[in-house]
Amino acid sequence: MTLEAGMCSNGHVSYPTHPLCPECGEPQEESFDLSDRTGEVVTWTHSTATPPGVREPNTLAIVEFDVTDIDDASDEFVRALGQVTSDEVETGDTVEPVYVEELRDPDAGIKVPESQDWDGYRWDPV
Amino acid sequence: MGVAVIGASMTKFGQRDVWIRELLSQAGEECLTDAGVAPDDVEHLYVSNMASGEFEGQTGIMNLLAHDLGVLPAYSERVDQTSSSGGAGIYEAWQSVASGASEMTLLVGGEKMTHKTTGQATDIIASITHPDEYKHGVTLPSFAGMTARHYLERFDAPRESLARVAVKNHRNGVDNPKAQFQKEITMEKALESPIIADPLRLYDFCPITDGSAALMFTTEERAKEITDEYALVSGIGGATDTHVVHERDDPTIMGGVVESSKQAYEMAGLGPNDLDVAELHDMFTILEFLQLEGIGVADQGTAWEMAMDGATAKDGELPINTSGGLKSKGHPLGASGVAQGVEIYEQLVGEAGPRQVEADTALACNVGGFGNCVITTIMEAAE
Repeated sequence: MTLEAGMCSNGHVSYPTHPLCPECGEPQEESFDLSDRTGEVVTWTHSTATPPGVREPNTLAIVEFDVTDIDDASDEFVRALGQVTSDEVETGDTVEPVYVEELRDPDAGIKVPESQDWDGYRWDPV
Repeated sequence: MGVAVIGASMTKFGQRDVWIRELLSQAGEECLTDAGVAPDDVEHLYVSNMASGEFEGQTGIMNLLAHDLGVLPAYSERVDQTSSSGGAGIYEAWQSVASGASEMTLLVGGEKMTHKTTGQATDIIASITHPDEYKHGVTLPSFAGMTARHYLERFDAPRESLARVAVKNHRNGVDNPKAQFQKEITMEKALESPIIADPLRLYDFCPITDGSAALMFTTEERAKEITDEYALVSGIGGATDTHVVHERDDPTIMGGVVESSKQAYEMAGLGPNDLDVAELHDMFTILEFLQLEGIGVADQGTAWEMAMDGATAKDGELPINTSGGLKSKGHPLGASGVAQGVEIYEQLVGEAGPRQVEADTALACNVGGFGNCVITTIMEAAE
């Protein structure tokens, strides 16, 4: 399992990946893993009115990863949304991705369980 | 070709005992009457609705409504653009008349939601998100919470400014007999209500609602023959932003609002200073700020000052959401954009009753998802 970001030939980076670059329309022919990096919390919330199969409260954060070390990347950072391991989080906190097999109960919501993945990464404050 | 609106209607919004079929036909029939148009004069019928299949198991509702209203053999189509289905319906209806394809177009928007639990309804709405968002249990309210936190921290805006939006729109809703809540709330009540997605609380969010609204469109020429009281659709624009919300360059800029309003202003030959009244998509209080900034009424990071100064109140320099907004009027997804159109039409033809303000030019901004799809419409009073 990876936290896969996509990159096009112009060096635009996105998470998640897209067939064509949202920025310029070129194919995203390269990708790299964000899961071994730390990121910084841009914003967060405690979601208390959660849908069936989702933990409550569900603390969520948008995290920014520095990608200036990636060869050919023209973007300086890429953002990702995810659950937080703890309810204690603040803007500016440093977090690291930790793998979770099931982020919510696939059988409880409206989506067909087989239609998508349910594993992924939570943000763990370090 | 000039496109005119010659009639409008809406059902009572709220918790209703009827299903989507009755909701749509109630608003549709009333709109035919209000416009003085016979069913067999209708050439196109658009039905704005996000999820009748998911909510109720009823699909094919354009056909259902066309048959129930006796508008056969009119062309009929269901329009889905999530929360902006109503605005998208206005866009389709405008196109049908502007292109010459139809001389008389009826638009009806509706949604039946309240029979589901809050969790189930939240899940149906959250299913619009990207799989990599959905698996984290993200909801539209949680996007609002994260965006509001970022906005307050970055622009040093007081938490009270958001509560003022709720208080204002509830005040406006008192004068709207069709609103779900005709009840004033206090700042204390708004600021002490339960947390839903902090820093946002219960009163920062619109309710879950059943309801329907309708508008009748025709050519300017035909409108003049039929009535003295009509409004012109002088500008309209639609735009799409990223599906994945965190991929936007600036979390406080709604690109779809910026782009769609730019198109609408250009078509109308107008700018933000020309507006007399506007309906904005206040599904969450923070959205009123982001839209005021997106449509160019306020600079980035300053719309909260308008709420603090009372500039957006009914007696302020630019009244926003005289209908009570989604906040107090309610938000039956597919109906909301149409109901915004109903409010600005009624303001322009002088039929807004106790909500009436002086207005020759009005704007409605209907937002789907969290700014994912946006339609901005400008209407002007006929001279």
